Amino acid sequence: MTLPRIGTPTILGFAIAALILASVPWLVPAYVSFELTFAGAYAIAILGLIILTGYNGQISLGHGAFMAIGGYTVAIAGQAWGLAPELSILLSALLCGLFGALVGIVALRLAGAYLALATYSLAVAVAPVLKRFKDLTGGAQGLTLTPLHVPAPFAALGSERYLYYETWFLAAVLFAASWFALQGRLGRALRALRDNEIAAISFGINASYYKSLAFAWSAALAGIAGSLIALATAYVSPDGYSLVLSLTLLIGAVLGGLSSLWGALAGGLVVEFLPIWAGTLNPAASSLIYGIALIVVMIVVPAGIVGAIQRAVFTITRPRTEGTSRRS
Amino acid sequence: MRMNRRIWMTALVPVAALGMVAGSLSQAKSDAVPGVTSTEIVLGGTHPYSGPASAYGIIGKGIAAYFQYINDQGGVNGRKITYKDLDDGYSPPQALQLTKQLVESDHVFAMFNSLGTPVNTALRPYLNDQKVPQLFVATGATKWGADASKYPWTIGWQPDYQAEAVVFGKDIIKNNPNAKIGVLYQNDDFGTDYIAGLQKGLGAKAGQIIKTASYEVTDPDVRSQIATLKGSGADTILIAATPKFATQALAAIGGLSWKVTTYLTDVSSQQTVMHAATAAGGAAATNGVISAGYTLDPTNTSQANLPGMKLYREIAAKYAPSSDASNASLLYGMGVAYTMVDILKAAGKDITREKVMAAAEHISEKNPFLYSGVDVTTSPSDRFPIREEYLMKYDNGLWNPAGTVIDARR
Repeated sequence: MTLPRIGTPTILGFAIAALILASVPWLVPAYVSFELTFAGAYAIAILGLIILTGYNGQISLGHGAFMAIGGYTVAIAGQAWGLAPELSILLSALLCGLFGALVGIVALRLAGAYLALATYSLAVAVAPVLKRFKDLTGGAQGLTLTPLHVPAPFAALGSERYLYYETWFLAAVLFAASWFALQGRLGRALRALRDNEIAAISFGINASYYKSLAFAWSAALAGIAGSLIALATAYVSPDGYSLVLSLTLLIGAVLGGLSSLWGALAGGLVVEFLPIWAGTLNPAASSLIYGIALIVVMIVVPAGIVGAIQRAVFTITRPRTEGTSRRS
Repeated sequence: MRMNRRIWMTALVPVAALGMVAGSLSQAKSDAVPGVTSTEIVLGGTHPYSGPASAYGIIGKGIAAYFQYINDQGGVNGRKITYKDLDDGYSPPQALQLTKQLVESDHVFAMFNSLGTPVNTALRPYLNDQKVPQLFVATGATKWGADASKYPWTIGWQPDYQAEAVVFGKDIIKNNPNAKIGVLYQNDDFGTDYIAGLQKGLGAKAGQIIKTASYEVTDPDVRSQIATLKGSGADTILIAATPKFATQALAAIGGLSWKVTTYLTDVSSQQTVMHAATAAGGAAATNGVISAGYTLDPTNTSQANLPGMKLYREIAAKYAPSSDASNASLLYGMGVAYTMVDILKAAGKDITREKVMAAAEHISEKNPFLYSGVDVTTSPSDRFPIREEYLMKYDNGLWNPAGTVIDARR
């Protein structure tokens, strides 16, 4: 695989983004860093959905289930075996990747609305399954995590800022890794399967391999996100992984924009801050305001926030002389 | 060059987004006591206005209505109460974020009546760490009163599950000293709290529990458990089940024509359960069922002339006109708000968080929204505000008070 060419502006852009991300916890109140930690975790989960749905055309209404596995893995591994959070995040990613691959194999036989329903059942099954294995999961009462231990070199940051950096560092690494991976043969294969599966197969693309891989990859990302949220909340319970969570992730992916990985960042910020904003306007009508806002966004920017930005940037930067025949 | 500019613009997306967030930066106030000025006390809370438990959102409306009423009467020690109640959707992570926002940005004086055992479990370490009072949480778990040494800034309000089971145990012994008792319970903290309380209430007669049958929340049905309990020869049954399973249990008792004295947890005594059980198992399934309560009952017309009920109707009509006044949760909200106002008064003009916690540990209150004889009392060694309940019997579609108030403490 040849690495894509990266120009100076891209590097500069990333450097500026990194600088801003690094300085935010020192500029905003602690609770905003805390909320941004959640936004970062959601962005990671939505990144997974964009790869699965946007690039590969498989739909999942059940990613909350992978987040639950990630969250409970951190809680149980930390409590029972005293595993460091960083290692248990890795373990979550592996477990969810494995589980995702299994679901992916099942998903091979299903498409469109049928796949949506099958994954929907995953989301619905989370709470009853967690309550059933009470000895391991604490049942309906959930598990309280041991307070996050900040490694000595970072002790001065405090646990909130540390978790913020950990989340956004992971988000950046996973984002970059996904971006590079999607540039070459892999990305082409996924998109080809999305656009026309039969044509792709006749060109020699191994559909089962790539589709389960997309599912595993996407599930692993959701698992990492679930781990980070569990660490931030320091508590896991079935109520944190309701069906609403799975839907929220899909909403974030669609609102952010399925056509670009940047959509994950926009989606993460939206699903974190839109409900909070709606709730401050009027708590009793928060879901109503949230719903109306969603409808308005979908009408105004059907391609998602990033899709709209790309379009706007293209319109601004397009030389006038080219006329209107070119479409982005 | 065009290409480069596009990449530049794309890179600016996160920059702009984060800039917007940073723009919402709020200035910290330099008050000596957070959330208190000469004219105002700010209280925070979260309730599920959306999501699976949204039926309880009306509690927040009852609280807000009562605070508004108090403010119109002149407030507390000359200060008006500002109540910032947010929608947590019954999600613990969401509740923790909102609570941090309320504490660190809105600088609330105290958190009040956040709802749900999972939600409050997630909030408790943070609020105690910050030394912010976590007052009168809306959950019946026993731990809010029992863990005082580890979490001194947290206190519950309503009767805990154990207290209710103690009340039932005492009543069983009083009416039928030789009762043979069967128990249906949910296999979690709620159910096991109940068994422990029942044994405590029965005291020396705890051996008369001849059979217990448990179910998991994932079970489809509890009919076989009821059949097992019937087969054991029990003449009294205690149902410690959540609404869906309580409905099934009552219907199964009716279906099996089992003549048994039935005690039903307050958790499942709402009319929706009783109506569904009557429809499925016949009138015999529900007539004579005994449950316990502590607040006045807005559906019971015989209480309409009580002063507390009149006050409730008046406040509801004026300050919560769009809420359903026959919903007991609205009345619950006013009842718990009454206790909150009471301890704010008791904490005095120079109010601090420490003084409010001290006041919360020295309550001796007649609450107009509670049934006569149910008092709100605490002491530093007893952090369970309500441990008295009155028994009620279901008769042709209505809960009627039966017998006297029973104190779980004695």
